Parts: sequence; C-alpha cells; structure tokens
Amino acid sequence: MPDLAVVHGRSPSFYAVFDRKEDGDPGQTHYCPGCGHGILTKLLAEAIDALGIQDRTVLVSPVGCSVFGYEYLDVGNIQAAHGRAPAVATAVKRSRPDSIVISYQGDGDLAAIGTAEIIHAANRGEAITVIFVNNAIYGMTGGQMAPTTLVGERSTTTPWGRDPTVHGYPIRVCELLATLEAPVHIERVGLGSNRQIMAAARAVRRAIDNQVRGLGFSVVEVLSPCPTIWGLDPVEAQTFVRDTMPRTFPLGILRDRTATAVPRPPLPSPPDPAELPGILGLDGATAGTTGGRAGGPRHAGADHRIVAAGFGGQGVQVLGEVLAEAGLSAGYHVAWLPSYGPQMRSGTSNCHVRLCGGAVDSPLVSRPTALVALNQPSLRAFLPRMEPGTLVLFNADAVPPDGLPRGLRIGAVPATAIADRLGSPRAANMVMLGALLEATGMLAPGVVEATLQRMVTDPAWRDLDLAALRAGQRAARRALPATCLHRTAILGAPGPPGPGPRPS
Amino acid sequence: MERTIDRGTVVIGIDECKGCGLCVQACPPRVLRLSAQLNRHGYHPAEYTGSGCTACGICYYVCPEPGGVTVFRREAA
Ligand SMILES: Cc1ncc(C[n+]2csc(CCOP(=O)(O)OP(=O)(O)O)c2C)c(N)n1
Ligand code: SF4
Ligand code: SF4
Ligand code: SF4
Repeated sequence: MPDLAVVHGRSPSFYAVFDRKEDGDPGQTHYCPGCGHGILTKLLAEAIDALGIQDRTVLVSPVGCSVFGYEYLDVGNIQAAHGRAPAVATAVKRSRPDSIVISYQGDGDLAAIGTAEIIHAANRGEAITVIFVNNAIYGMTGGQMAPTTLVGERSTTTPWGRDPTVHGYPIRVCELLATLEAPVHIERVGLGSNRQIMAAARAVRRAIDNQVRGLGFSVVEVLSPCPTIWGLDPVEAQTFVRDTMPRTFPLGILRDRTATAVPRPPLPSPPDPAELPGILGLDGATAGTTGGRAGGPRHAGADHRIVAAGFGGQGVQVLGEVLAEAGLSAGYHVAWLPSYGPQMRSGTSNCHVRLCGGAVDSPLVSRPTALVALNQPSLRAFLPRMEPGTLVLFNADAVPPDGLPRGLRIGAVPATAIADRLGSPRAANMVMLGALLEATGMLAPGVVEATLQRMVTDPAWRDLDLAALRAGQRAARRALPATCLHRTAILGAPGPPGPGPRPS
Repeated sequence: MERTIDRGTVVIGIDECKGCGLCVQACPPRVLRLSAQLNRHGYHPAEYTGSGCTACGICYYVCPEPGGVTVFRREAA
C-alpha cells in the first residue's frame, strides 16, 4: 500500500509485546471485551505521544482492574497500594519535579478506600494529573457497590438496588474536589459515544499538558463502561454510559484555572543521601568515635535489650535517647522506643532501647537483658518479665528485701541522692546511665561522653550530666560485686539460689 | 469499469481483536462487520468489508485494544 499512510495505529508508547497473558506476539490486554479501561489507556498513550513525554512519564497504577497498567505503557511505572496512588504520585512528583506523573485510579480505589489521599493531594495542589475511571462499580472483585454506584443500581452488595436511605447517594467526586481552591482543572467526560470519546481524548491530553506546563492539580473523571459486571454487551454498556450515567454525573468542565494559574516554583531538590549524615550532624560523631560501620564485626552477635522506666520527668526518655545515640555512634544498629503515660509529669514513662550487632528485628523489648528502674513502682511493674541473669539497676539505697525473682543481677544505685549532691536530682538518669555502662561494658564511656557533649547544649547541664555519668560508674562498682561487672555472673539475690543463666 | 477510490482503509489486528463490536457499531459508513471466522482466542474478530472507508479514525478510538485497529489514509496524489 505505497500510497497509504497510517493515521491511527498502535502507539509507540505501548510496549511492542504484552507479555502478561503469554498469548503470543504482540498480545492482548487483560481487559474484558468493550472495557473502558482499554479505550482510556489508548487515549493516554496518544496524549503521551503527542506531548513527547514518554521518557519522563511515570504512571501510578492502582488496585483494581487497571492494576496491570504497567504491563502496557512503556513509561516509568509504579503500582500503588489500594487508594494510595495520589500519595505515591506526590512523592514521585516532589522528588523528580521534571517527571510527568499520572495517577490512574478506579472509583473504588479513588472514591472509597482512597478518599483521604485524593482530597488532600488535590487540596495541596500537587502538580500531578489524575485520571479517575468511574464505572460505578468494583470491577476487579466482582461487582460490589462503589461510592459511585447509581441509585437503584444492583451490585453484589446491593442486590435489590442501591437505596440512598441505606447506602447513601452516589458521590460526585469532581463536584467535591471543585470545592477546593487549589485544583486548576477538573473535568468529567465519558466513553459513551464517538463524540464523548473524542472529548475525553482532548480532556486527558489537556490535563497532562497542564502538568507539562508546570500548573497544578488536574483531574479528569471518565465515565467508563464495564460490560462484564453490568451484564450488558459492549454496545449496550456504551449506550448506558452515554444516556444514563450523565444524569447522575453531568459531563463538563467544573474548574478551569489554567489560564490564570501560575506555575509553581520548583521545590528544592532533595539532598544527596551521602550528605544526610552531615545535615543530621552525625558525620563527626560517627567518624570521630567509632571508626566502624553499623553492624560491623566489632559488635557481631551483640544484642543488648534495655528497658528504662520511671516517673515522667525523671529523664527516662533522655537516658534512652542518649544510649541509642551513643550506640549509633559506636556502630551498633539501634532502636529507641519511647512509651509515655497520658500525663506529662508524674505519670509512668518507659522506653525500650536495643543495641544490636545486626539488624534490629523489633524495637520492642519483651525479654530485657537490663532493666533500669528509677522508682519502686517501675521495679515492681517490670520484675515479672525479668529472666534469671538479667541486670537490674534500681534507684535506691538498698535492694528491696523481698519479692524478687531469683537469679537476677541486681544492684541498688542511689541515683537521685547522688545527683542531688552533684547539683540537681534531675541528673539521676545520667547516674543510672553511668551505672549501666559500668555494669555491662556495652559502650565505652568516652563514646557516651562525646554524645552528651553533642546533645546537651546548655553548658551547666552538660557538666552536671558528665559528672553524674562518672559518679554512676563509681556507684555501680560499689553496688555490684566485681563478678557482676561486665560479665554474666549471677548474683545470688535475696532468696534461695536461682537456677542459673539460660543456656545460650 | 472505474471504481471510486476510497480515502482510506483499515486493518484489523485479528489476534488482538476481542470481537466486542464497538467499531462495527461506530463506523459511520458502516463498512466494518464481525467475521464469521473465529480468531485463536475464540472471538469473532472485526473485518473490513473492503470498500468505503473514509479514514475517519473513529473505529480506532472506540476500540479498547491497542493493536485492534490500524487506519490508513490515502496520500493526496
Ligand atoms: C487494601 C486492599 N483492600 C481491598 C482490596 C480488594 N480490591 C481489589 S480491587 C478492589 C476494587 C477496585 O474497584 P475500582 O477501583 O472501581 O476498579 P475497577 O476494578 O472497577 O477498575 C478491591 C476492593 C485490595 N486489593 N487491597
Ligand atoms: S470487569 Fe469491568 S472494568 Fe474490569 S476489565 Fe472487565 S469490563 Fe473492564
Ligand atoms: S476509519 Fe472510519 S470509515 Fe474507516 S472503518 Fe474506521 S470508522 Fe469506518
Ligand atoms: S473495537 Fe476493536 S476489539 Fe472491538 S471488535 Fe472492533 S477491532 Fe475488535
């Protein structure tokens, strides 16, 4: 056909071969005969071709029948969790401002489980393009009611038809979004006739072009046939879109501020990951005090599981934070999990800290290797969890004489009294931290001191904390027998001798 | 005997067609039909009756399959 030229044919934005169904070269889509998703995907491809943006387009596919969008369009592809496509699109657009990001979503995806994401993305005016496929039903899962199901329409979950007094009225998403200030382009089109399809093609292209021009949020709702679930043949389904759906969902432009919208200034591009330690002030600390990478062989096999507990205001969280920060500097993998009572002061407060040689499997400590109890209620609350061999440091002059499980390595460190003598009872947490270091040897005191230098900005407090830390180390040597320091020996605590340490 | 030269012609991707019939119904001069044959997926694919295509492209736009329809236009002589 030498004198014939292709005017409409398979778009180069499609993969040459669709592998998904393995039905041979070049392959069909997985959509049912007459499905609107197929038509719309072609309109998208055509717009991408026309705008010349194939190499910078990122399509975010939803959960729903179009979940396999990435099998067809040869662009950047991400498949998002149900309803979350606008959040994913936001992330892509913000981190790669030159990309053209299209969030493609069904009505179950966008208007049911994803209601929050779409409203807030629109309200923020994210410079993305949303293609919203309204087929008034959950297609993929077999025809449950969607928020957009028409009044009276039957579905598997409205077998007698949607009754507004029971199921509410269909949600008009475009009208809802048009109450927001930020969107620049909101339009509803249909796939119900030749004329409607051509209008849809123009709307899709414009909504993407808006993004190419740097304008804000654009959304096109597309009334789309789902012959399979509707129980209609493809031509009947198309007619339903043309004649019936627009009575509930009127077609047209609901917002067009593209003429006056000012292109958004680009967000500063994110820093290179290599710069992050410097930005977070961790480079000096890490390089200066450890010389090792997290999880390096120095800590191989280490698994320190610490619970610190006390009244709110006793500094339990700061104790945990300093410990975790210092652990990080020393090359451990760490976790610090604060847990507060509802009160700011005088409530209970505890935190879990893990310093591990390898990846931390959970920030939660259910079997501590050490408990730091800043008051008696904390001791009583956590003792039942203590296993033989656990180190317990208790803020008091003496260990309570009764009720203690056997086989603990327990020592009384009068932290509040020591801190009070040094200048403030509020430094008791650092006394306890010093004692913990001395008893376990998990961190070199120098690392913790360097961490305090960095974290405590007030010089008076810094000096007090450092003094408290050192006093705590001395106190631990007094409180615990030599066998309990830096070792796993068992103190025969009050009561009959315990069963000894767990075999490891 | 001289036949009027059509402005266009259309090629159906037989194994991509799902026989939905949307193109048949949409074609203004009604020059498409569903074949009596089955394709390898078991659908009756669309086929061109052989004359009268205006290259309007409507069948391309209503077709849900990316490779279902290719429309050709005769270059102006
Ligand atoms: C978190 C989660 N909840 C539920 C599902 C099940 N699910 C899969 S598709 C779907 C509905 C899709 O409907 P719609 O967005 O209208 O798309 P359509 O299939 O009609 O194109 C649901 C509820 C899921 N995959 N993930
Ligand atoms: S179930 Fe409906 S929406 Fe899903 S592929 Fe089939 S026709 Fe399309
Ligand atoms: S291009 Fe137009 S005239 Fe030709 S077959 Fe398609 S719809 Fe019919
Ligand atoms: S519209 Fe496409 S899939 Fe449907 S019959 Fe025509 S060529 Fe086949």
